[in-house]
Amino acid sequence: MVKNNLSWMIGGPALSGGVNTSSEVFAKACVRAGLYVFSNIEYHSNIMGRHINYRVRTSDRPVHSHVESIDLLLALDAETLLGTEPHQDYQRHGGHLHRVAPGGVVVVDASAKVDKEAITRDDIHVLELAYDDLVRQAVEGMGQEYNARRHNVMRNMVPIAASCALLGFDVANVVAVVAERLPARHQAMVEFNRAVLECAAEATHEVHGDKGFHVSLEAQPDPTNHMLIKGVDAVGIAKLHAGCVFQTYYPIAPASDESVMLEQHQGDYPIVVLQAEDEIASMNMAVGAAHAGVRASTSTSGPGFSLMAEGIGFASITEAPGPVVVLWQRGGPSTGLPTRQAQQDLRFALQPAHGEFPHMVLAPGDARDAARMTHMAFNWGDRYQMPVVVIADKFIANSLVTEEGLGLEDLPIDRGEIWSNGSNGQSSYQRHAVTESGISPRAVFGTPGGVFVTTSDEHTERGRIDEQAENRMAQMEKRMGKLDLALQEIPEEWQYEIIGPSESDISVVAWGSTKGPIIDALRVLDAEHKISVNFLQIKMLRPFPAKAVRDFLGTANRAMVLEDNYMSQLGLLVAEQTGIQLHRQALKYDGRPFSQDEVVEAVCSHHTSDAGRIVLSHP
Amino acid sequence: MTAVASKDLTGKAFGVDDAHPDWCGGCGDFGILSAVKQALAKLGRPPHEIAVISGIGCAGKLPHYLGTYGLHTLHGRALNVATGVKLANQDLEVLVAGGDGDGYGIGAGYFVNSGRRNVNFTYLVHNNGVYGLTKGQAAPTMRRGEQTKSMTEPSIQSNVNPIGLAIASGYTFVARGYAMAQADLVDLIVQAVQHRGTAILDILQPCPIYNDLMTVDFFRGSDIGSPRVYKVAEEGFNGRVEDPGNADEIVMKQQAALAKSFEWGDRIPTGILYQIDMPTYEDGLAGRNADLASRSLVELMEPGQDVSGLEDMYR
Repeated sequence: MVKNNLSWMIGGPALSGGVNTSSEVFAKACVRAGLYVFSNIEYHSNIMGRHINYRVRTSDRPVHSHVESIDLLLALDAETLLGTEPHQDYQRHGGHLHRVAPGGVVVVDASAKVDKEAITRDDIHVLELAYDDLVRQAVEGMGQEYNARRHNVMRNMVPIAASCALLGFDVANVVAVVAERLPARHQAMVEFNRAVLECAAEATHEVHGDKGFHVSLEAQPDPTNHMLIKGVDAVGIAKLHAGCVFQTYYPIAPASDESVMLEQHQGDYPIVVLQAEDEIASMNMAVGAAHAGVRASTSTSGPGFSLMAEGIGFASITEAPGPVVVLWQRGGPSTGLPTRQAQQDLRFALQPAHGEFPHMVLAPGDARDAARMTHMAFNWGDRYQMPVVVIADKFIANSLVTEEGLGLEDLPIDRGEIWSNGSNGQSSYQRHAVTESGISPRAVFGTPGGVFVTTSDEHTERGRIDEQAENRMAQMEKRMGKLDLALQEIPEEWQYEIIGPSESDISVVAWGSTKGPIIDALRVLDAEHKISVNFLQIKMLRPFPAKAVRDFLGTANRAMVLEDNYMSQLGLLVAEQTGIQLHRQALKYDGRPFSQDEVVEAVCSHHTSDAGRIVLSHP
Repeated sequence: MTAVASKDLTGKAFGVDDAHPDWCGGCGDFGILSAVKQALAKLGRPPHEIAVISGIGCAGKLPHYLGTYGLHTLHGRALNVATGVKLANQDLEVLVAGGDGDGYGIGAGYFVNSGRRNVNFTYLVHNNGVYGLTKGQAAPTMRRGEQTKSMTEPSIQSNVNPIGLAIASGYTFVARGYAMAQADLVDLIVQAVQHRGTAILDILQPCPIYNDLMTVDFFRGSDIGSPRVYKVAEEGFNGRVEDPGNADEIVMKQQAALAKSFEWGDRIPTGILYQIDMPTYEDGLAGRNADLASRSLVELMEPGQDVSGLEDMYR
C-alpha cells in the first residue's frame, strides 16, 4: 500500500464535463488535509468539446511535477481512455489508458458508453458509475424533485466521490471546499453536493467491492495552511505588492489570466488594467506610464511579444524605468501551439528588437520564483532604467502548486535615483547625464525644474536629437554599461542557484519551469538509481552570470542541458557566453512539459553513455 | 498644481532658448509650433505641468522646440504613449503631435481606438499629404489620381477622410485648422485642450518642398479667386451637441459633421465640426475605483503594499 503518493487524472470534453472543477476541488481538498499537491492541465485551443485533462499529484512532502503513470484515471468520455479514431482533420491521439499503472483503477461514466471490449488491459480495474443516476438518487434522497437542468452540474462531484472512496479519504474534506467555491446565493446547494458525494462514494464501494486499491490518502494530523496557486495568480499578487498601478494587455493564451486576475482587484487596489487594441499599444502605453512616474507592466505570450519588439527598444533608448514585461511562453512559431508548453522564446527575448540596447531577462522556475522575480523586476527596472522581461511559460502559468507563501514581504523596495529640484541644484537638468555609475537620476514628469524631452532618436545628455560620433559613443557606452553594473550589484542568489551536492556524477543545467521536474527527479535519481546529480538553475539570462556558469561547468564531472525546445537555446547562450559547448542535451518540443520521469530518463541516458542529443516525448 | 494667471505667461515661456528647428523654410510646422506656444500661454499652466508626446517625422520634432516635458516616441505610437502618460498622472496636460502618415497610416489602429477610449488629451495632426522626412511619398490623405512633384506616379489608392474617421471612431471633439491661419489655430488649440475627452485637431499645412498641390496659394485659392479654407462657424454651422442625452441630436450633428468632412476642392471647412460631452476613460476608471476620482496613479502608488489578504484567498 502506498500512502499519500498519488498520480490522478481526469479527462473529458472542454467546458461541458466539469473537468476543471472536479480537479481543482479535489486538489484543494488534498491541500486542506495537509498534503502537498502539484496539478497541471492540458487543453486545446478550443472553447467547448475538445479533449482536456487535468492531473493532480499528491505527496506528504513537497512535490513540483507530474509523473507519467497514473494510479487513478477518471474518464468522462471514451476519448479520455482510448483516444480518438483517425480523423481526416485531426491526428489520432491515443488516450490515457496506457498510462494507468498496474493495479490502477479507471472510473468511467456509464453514459459515455465506452466499448469495454476495447479496454484490453487486464492488470487494472475498470469501474463504471452512472453519474446522472447517482445525482438523481442523491437529490431525491433529499426529498427534492430531480431537475436535470438544475442538478446536472453536480455530476462533477461523482469522480471526486469515487476517488475518495477508493483512497479512503473522507468526503467531508471535499464538502468544505465546495462550500467556499459556491457563491452566497447558492449556499443551499452545499448539502446537495454533500449528498451526491456520499451517494457516489457508497456506490463506488458497492461496485468496487473488496478489489482494493494500492494508494491511500490520509489527512495529516497537523494540517498546514498552505496556498494552492497558479503562476499567473502569483505574478498578479506580486505586481500588486510591488506597487504596479498600470497593467496593459491584449487577450492571449496563456497570459491573459494574469490580467483578468488583476482586473478583479481594481476596486481594492489602485491599479488600472487596460485592455488595449493590440500588444504594440499595450507596450507603448506601459512605457508612457513608466516615464510619467508609475510602476507599469504588461503581460503577453510569444505572438504578442513579437508585436512589442519596437516598444522594448524605445523604452531602452529613452531609459524608461521599466516597464516589466511578463512573457508567458507557449509553443511557436507564429500561432503555433496556443495552449501548449514550450521554452522557445529565449533567444528572441534576449534580442527582441533591432539595434544594440540594454534590457534584462529573468527566468523564474516556478510560481513562487515568478512572484519574487517579478517584484525584483520592478526594482531593477527603476534602478537601471531599462525594460525588464520576466520569461515564464504555460507550465508555470497554469499549474497549481502548493506554497507556504510567496515570500514577498521581506523583499526590498528600490525606486532608483529620482531627481528632484531640492536634491540636485543643477540649473539645467540632463535626463541622460553621463555619470560615473552610468545611471542618470530620473525626473518624473510634472516635477518643477525637471523639464526634459527625450527621444527614440540618439540624443544628447539633455535628450536632444544628436548624430555626432562622440556623443553617440558616450551614450552607447553609458547605456550598455548599465548591464555590467546590474551584474555587479545584483546578489548572486537572483542570478543562479545550485541545487544538490557540490560534487556530483552529473550536472544538469537548465532555466525556467524545468526546475520542478528536475528537483523531483534529483531525489529519485539518488534513491533509486544511485546517481548523484546537481542542478544549476540559471535565473538571470541578461545580463548573464558568465563567470559563475563557467566556474560551475569547469568543475562538473559531466554536464547536460535540459530544455523544452528544439535548438537547445540555453546551450547556445552558454556557449556564446562561456565558450563551453554542452554536447549532452535533453530536449522536448512536443508541446508538453517535462515530467519527473522524463528527467530521470534523460539523466540516466547521459550518465551511462555519451548519447549527445536526446529528444523526449511520451504521447 | 500651481495656477498661473495667463497674463504672466507668453509664448516665449513655452519655447527653448537654444532650440534650432530644422524644418524647411516655409514649412507649416513653424505655424503650428508658434500656435501651440501661444495657446499654452493662454491656457496658463506652467510648462512643467505639460507633456507633449509626439510620433516620428517632421511633426514628431515638435517637443524638442518646446520648454515642456516631452517624449518623441515611435512612428504611429504617440497616442499609446500619451495614454499611458495621462492615465499615470491625470494632473498633466497632455498634447500629442504627429503627421498624417503617423496618425492615419501606421497609427490608424490607435487613431480609431483612441477615439473609442476618450482619454482626456489633445491630438494635433500635422496634415501635409506627404511623408516629408523620407522625401515626399504619398501620405494616407493623398487622393486617388493625385501626384505631387515628389511622386513618380499618381496615387492609385484612395485617401482616408480623417474627420469622418474621427467621428465614426467616437472622438468627442473633432476640428480642423490651418497652419497659416494663426489666430484661428491658437483659438482651436485652446478649445481642444479645454475639451474634456480626446480632442482631435487635423491641421492642414503646406510642405513647400514635396507637396506642390497643397500649397499656400492653393489654400488661398489664388487660382479660383476666393480662399478655399473657410470657417464653418461663419456660415452658421454649430457642431456642438447641446444635449448629450438626446440621441436624435447626436445623430443629426454627426451626420452634419460627416457631410462637412467630405467637402474638399474649392471649399475646405475649418473649425469645430463636432463636439459632445461624454464620460471620459478616466471617469470609467473612477467608477471602478473611487480613489481614482480625485487622485492620480502616481500619487496612489504604494510599493510594498500588503497583499496577505490576497495570498489568503488561495489558502
